[in-house]
Amino acid sequence: MSITTESRTDVPGGRPDGAASEAGARGFAARIAGWVKSRIDLMPTLASLVIFVAMVIYGEAAYGRILQMNTISNLLINNSSLIIIAVGMTFVIITGGIDLSVGAVIAFSSVSGVMLINHGWNPWVVMIVMILIGSAFGSISGILVQYFNVQPFIATLAMMFLARGLASMLSTVPERLPDDSALRQLATKIKLVDGPKVNDFVITPGVIIAILVVLVAFFILHRTRMGRTVYAIGGSEQSASLMGLPVRSTKLWVYIISGSLSGLSAVVYTARLGIAQNITGIGWELDAIAATVIGGTLLTGGVGFVLGSVVGALVLGLMNVLITRDGGIPPAATTIITGGILLAFVLLQRLVQAKQRE
Amino acid sequence: MNHDSSKGMGVLKRIFHHQYIWGVVAILLLLFINMIKDPSYLSITVNETNGNLVGNLIDILRAAAPVMMIAVGMCLVIATSGIDLSVGSLMVVAGAVSMEFLKGASDNLGAALAALGLALAIAAVLGAVNGLLVSVVGLQPFISTLVMMLAGRGIAKVITGGQNTASTNGSFRWIANGYVVGLPVVFLIALLVVIAVGLLVRRSALGLMIEAIGMDPKAARLAGVNRRGLQVLVYTLSGLLAGIAGVFATASVMTVDVSRTGDQMEMDAILAVVIGGTSLAGGKFNITGAFVGSLLIATLDKTVVFLGVSSSATPAFKALVIVVLCLLQSDRIRSLFKGRSPAAAAPSVEEKEVVAA
Repeated sequence: MSITTESRTDVPGGRPDGAASEAGARGFAARIAGWVKSRIDLMPTLASLVIFVAMVIYGEAAYGRILQMNTISNLLINNSSLIIIAVGMTFVIITGGIDLSVGAVIAFSSVSGVMLINHGWNPWVVMIVMILIGSAFGSISGILVQYFNVQPFIATLAMMFLARGLASMLSTVPERLPDDSALRQLATKIKLVDGPKVNDFVITPGVIIAILVVLVAFFILHRTRMGRTVYAIGGSEQSASLMGLPVRSTKLWVYIISGSLSGLSAVVYTARLGIAQNITGIGWELDAIAATVIGGTLLTGGVGFVLGSVVGALVLGLMNVLITRDGGIPPAATTIITGGILLAFVLLQRLVQAKQRE
Repeated sequence: MNHDSSKGMGVLKRIFHHQYIWGVVAILLLLFINMIKDPSYLSITVNETNGNLVGNLIDILRAAAPVMMIAVGMCLVIATSGIDLSVGSLMVVAGAVSMEFLKGASDNLGAALAALGLALAIAAVLGAVNGLLVSVVGLQPFISTLVMMLAGRGIAKVITGGQNTASTNGSFRWIANGYVVGLPVVFLIALLVVIAVGLLVRRSALGLMIEAIGMDPKAARLAGVNRRGLQVLVYTLSGLLAGIAGVFATASVMTVDVSRTGDQMEMDAILAVVIGGTSLAGGKFNITGAFVGSLLIATLDKTVVFLGVSSSATPAFKALVIVVLCLLQSDRIRSLFKGRSPAAAAPSVEEKEVVAA
């Protein structure tokens, strides 16, 4: 609820000030208001940053031990896989599509990966295979969407059922990774800052992978021709193809990127947990969508930021930490809260869009 | 003679014009395969003591009942060019509500009716929430119902405290396990509901208006169709039907399994609807088709168990069938069959997508 009221005070507050600046009084407030008006699409992202900071402050005040190095390290380590799929989801949603298959693809990829390692495959080869499994599912969704004109949510929903079904065919019990497997090296903790007692700043290769993914995705989306095309498709697919942009191939690539990142996320997740199961990743598609939307990407496409999705993923991660610390909220309620946050942000987006149209 | 045969051909053509006829063919094929394994598979015997019919076919009818409920609801939702991914979760919510209520109530008819009413009311309310999110808030249907799909299971876990809950109530149990005139009650209820919904939408203008908003929301609005009201109605109905399905599913064992009840049932519902010839693009629906599709799914599930094939393979197989049927419904494949160029068919689809966005 605080989210919507916040936006209400933010957005309309800019208008009278903007009018004042036209009258000649160019004060500092007016300039800020003008900036707010020109970059109104940044508002949801800023709102999510504000919420993140507010959550940190609230957590620190209510439960303590939030603003310290090991909590922050754990936040990054535990959410690296979510950050990776949120980045993939950002690409898809900016084109106006959706990928509902990410959670199920992670389940199939990690179960088959662990089983292959247990059959004596080289772990490094298996990692590649796991990523390629994701790419394969992404390609099928992409082909269904761009070549056969199937609606994105139907195509990826079918892939979700298929991947989940295949994972259940492989195994319905938790598959354990051997303790000495090379895959586990992706979860070795690297101490960056040696704090007092256990309060160290540590990261894992998984976190480094996530950061690299974010940086590469940022570069692709904001600095390359392909990124421009992704935004153009989301803005208006017809205009994009009339401008001669490679709409069809880009649409296919977007799903391949999301699928491959799901595979990569499966690698990072499996390395961290050491267990894979056919029910892994249920509801992760909602987490990824929520992270993306919280980060300021419009569900209708055309607007979005990779870095915003990272903030969104961290907001969700921090929410989980706070729920665990609180102890009074049943863990089953987490999805209800995630859904509620997603809805609140979609409402915020509607308000911003309505303002833009005025 | 010649005249007769052409008339016969006309009837055949009309029969095969319905897409769900292929569902009927598939059911017969599956039953035939079962008959090869066990020639007495199709035999139905009468139980001497109580006059009930017993047999594999009766089991199939019983298993098809919950699928029928959610398939009919899904059918109408898809006709408005929406989707309801939450049916499986609403099933478990209804089951959890009724089991949790009956656990503390006495074993009589009144308690059973109260549990039934409470479960259906809550399922309908959650369905209405879906409808409001779609129509008033303007959220895409798959997002609102995806939230409900995941939150619904969370709600069920909160209701039962995360435990699988069992209870005893003879009357409630009768819904799923009782017999009337030799047939399972559960199938008769399902049949009545399907017929009632079918008559409601086809004998009034309701069905036409639902199809109208699925075909072209703008044109429907200009024609004076109340889109918001209809969407809320359709999603509420889907939630209510999912509630009935949830009661069916839990009453047969009098236990709700918070993580298994209704799991992946949305896939069965979508599959039943698509087999029945309802296009996922929206704009038309076929309740008879959804009915046939549900029977096919129940037959398939029973066949897989009967043949001793590992039942873990069925979800993947069903998903593949959905993909294939999606492909068959796409314009590119259709034009291939009709011998038209795909380019000629493409623009109409793009127009539709623009409207949907």
